[in-house]
Amino acid sequence: MVIECKHVWAHISGYLDQTLPPEVLEQVQKHLEHCEICSAILDSTRNILILTADERVFELPLGFSERLHARLEEEIRGLEPDGG
Amino acid sequence: MATELRDEPRMIASILAGDTQLFHELIRPYERRVYAMALSFLHSEADAEDAAQEAFLKAFRNLASFRGEAKFGTWLVSITLNEARSRIRRRDAIKMESLDEPEGQTSPALLRDWKEIPSEALERKEVRSLLHQAITALPAIYRDVFQLRDIEQLSVNEAAEALGITTSSVKVRLHRARMMLQKNLAPQLKELAPKRRWWAWS
Repeated sequence: MVIECKHVWAHISGYLDQTLPPEVLEQVQKHLEHCEICSAILDSTRNILILTADERVFELPLGFSERLHARLEEEIRGLEPDGG
Repeated sequence: MATELRDEPRMIASILAGDTQLFHELIRPYERRVYAMALSFLHSEADAEDAAQEAFLKAFRNLASFRGEAKFGTWLVSITLNEARSRIRRRDAIKMESLDEPEGQTSPALLRDWKEIPSEALERKEVRSLLHQAITALPAIYRDVFQLRDIEQLSVNEAAEALGITTSSVKVRLHRARMMLQKNLAPQLKELAPKRRWWAWS
């Protein structure tokens, strides 16, 4: 069975997550082999996911850990009967 | 992931038994995840840091109520989501985002010849900012799922559990989130590689 581009787009996430049923996977792969547009959409989506997953996108502010653990320490010591 | 090598249930039991200092070690691998979750909701570094601190404090105070049915990280994400959402509700200036799922399919942006990953592009601050803005601009229901699955690499089941939704909702929302990001970002990222051919969807 031949599927159209729109149907392939609906399966891009499943394709990237490798969760497509075998028969759908085969149809999508066949389509991708000859469709430059869908291949480009797939590549760009994959690349965007790789970029957004990079730790540098959501960097912790300078000193975040130190301030967090200092505040936690206050809380932890506050719970101890002798005050630390 | 490093957290898989740690015996978190044992660490939690020790903390509850009195070794409270161990809580510092328990949360270290989750600092960035909690901060990123808070930031994507609150859109302000200062507010996100404050919310993240509060989420960790609440986790410490309520550690005895953690039953261990979920992973500690998933439980922490739920606390962070609640903390961020309650702050948004308290912030009058922030308009509540609709919880309705928009209908219809998002058509992807068309582009070609971008097979290589320009990871060096992330050295540029404006690129990180572009990605950051695109993620935070997603409607909340899609952003939550994208954040947990594609940024924090939680499984479908873990994301569903943290968000209190079904696994099929996670899959549907994740697909829409990815397509929205692709449509939004692909034309903008062409600035990174102007010599290549890019097609914007029309």
